[in-house]
Amino acid sequence: MQSMTNEATPAPTPMLRAVDLHKRFGAIEVLKGVSLEVGRGEVIAIIGPSGSGKSTFLRCLIHLETVQRGCIEVEGRTLVSTDTGGECRYVADAEIRTICGAMGMVFQHFNLFPHLTVLENLIEAPMTVKGLRREDVVPKAEALLAKVGLADKRDAYPSRLSGGQKQRVAIARALAMEPDILLFDEPTSALDPELTGEVLRTMRELADEHMTMIVVTHEMAFAREVASRVIFMDGGLVVEARPARELFASPEHPRTRAFLENML
Amino acid sequence: MDYVLNILPPLIEGTGVTLQVFVITLMLSVPLGLALALLRLSRIAPVRAAVGGYIWLMRGTPLMLQMLFIYFALPFVPVIGVRLPDFPAAIVAFVLNYAAYFAEIFRAGIQSIERGQYEGAKVLGLSYAQTMRRIVLPQVIKRILPPVSNETITLIKDTSLIYVLAMNDLLRAARGIVQRDFTTSPFVVAAAFYLIMTLVLTYGFQHLEKKYAVYDE
Ligand SMILES: Nc1ncnc2c1ncn2[C@@H]1O[C@H](COP(=O)(O)OP(=O)(O)OP(=O)(O)O)[C@@H](O)[C@H]1O
Ligand SMILES: [Mg+2]
Repeated sequence: MQSMTNEATPAPTPMLRAVDLHKRFGAIEVLKGVSLEVGRGEVIAIIGPSGSGKSTFLRCLIHLETVQRGCIEVEGRTLVSTDTGGECRYVADAEIRTICGAMGMVFQHFNLFPHLTVLENLIEAPMTVKGLRREDVVPKAEALLAKVGLADKRDAYPSRLSGGQKQRVAIARALAMEPDILLFDEPTSALDPELTGEVLRTMRELADEHMTMIVVTHEMAFAREVASRVIFMDGGLVVEARPARELFASPEHPRTRAFLENML
Repeated sequence: MDYVLNILPPLIEGTGVTLQVFVITLMLSVPLGLALALLRLSRIAPVRAAVGGYIWLMRGTPLMLQMLFIYFALPFVPVIGVRLPDFPAAIVAFVLNYAAYFAEIFRAGIQSIERGQYEGAKVLGLSYAQTMRRIVLPQVIKRILPPVSNETITLIKDTSLIYVLAMNDLLRAARGIVQRDFTTSPFVVAAAFYLIMTLVLTYGFQHLEKKYAVYDE
């Protein structure tokens, strides 16, 4: 039901605006002009076949990859723009870091820091990047751990955790930097099926708190129930982008239909 | 036994020289090796190539030759030519040589860290320098402890090469007594000294490895 309220609030400045993104790796063009606008509190699910460019799109948004053409704005601030002559320009490095600071990302393979305990994983960036003092960040980190149900794992090393627990720590770690937008790249794909539930539950709670989220996922149930809009990508293009229940009830494009029939 | 006690003072003095060379070399060549490794992984191709050439030169020629060159030939090299006393000359040679080996160890260690660690750090806002200092290098240390341990044990024995500069290290002290007294027992005592130093090092590295074993990867 929350998803309905999400849809109903159109934001004046979008949280994130990507226009006509083009990305090539050598000779292959992976993004062929992808655009997306995300409003505050929206949950966007990105679905599509393997190799369609979903991960690449997310990685371009948070500057893990650079685009060759297009424009990205985060909360009204320009990260990269392309002029009419096709000249693509990123802002200065310091500005890139500030702008991308509004976003957090959760990876398929967690990317936790193995040499740090769970708590240390959470406080590392607030201390190193924001220069906060340990005693100021620990209570908040502990609260986040409690929120994802891992208060008792505070002093454990990541290698001692199950996949589902690792991913919840990764989510808490991203939240510790207080991002406005969270990107997820297949957060449950590396997990045993019985462990996906706990991660999806955490993500659902975030959606209920109106966190703006962009989630690449193969979990169709999650996309249908939690996402306000679903983007279907194929071949480096957005084929269809519509409110979740519409897209699942009546996919317009034959390729969307074929993909959904395969998934369900 | 009395004889052994008798020859101990000069041997201990020699051990002092050996340990000085060892400690100073280690303290300088490890950071220099790390700097070289980072340059070796630089984005700037000529920098990579220059460091690659340096490492090739240092690992491709005998340490003894390098030491002789720095002591005897360097004074006659135009522009950079300086005449160094024996101890500094030995230190310079050891540091330049061992830095090359440590550079390769660091480089392999840094490259063994998965890309996901860099990406995880980057999306949290860490700069490259912060990522290296806080995330990558602490993990590198754990991975390179075994080869560093090896290299360090080799160094304690390599210090004996300074005999070519006529410095009174442990081995030379022993040899002096052997020639004076016509007995080989000083060699046995010297060997025992090297073994003790190696044992201490081995124990030290084992301790470090245990410390780093608190986390698995
Ligand atoms: N660093 C890279 N270098 C070269 N090619 C790449 C690179 N990253 C991705 N690609 C290619 O880009 C295409 C799109 O990859 P991407 O990972 O974005 O797809 P995806 O939609 O996330 O697929 P999946 O569902 O399998 O994760 C693929 O053909 C992939 O091989
Ligand atoms: Mg992917």
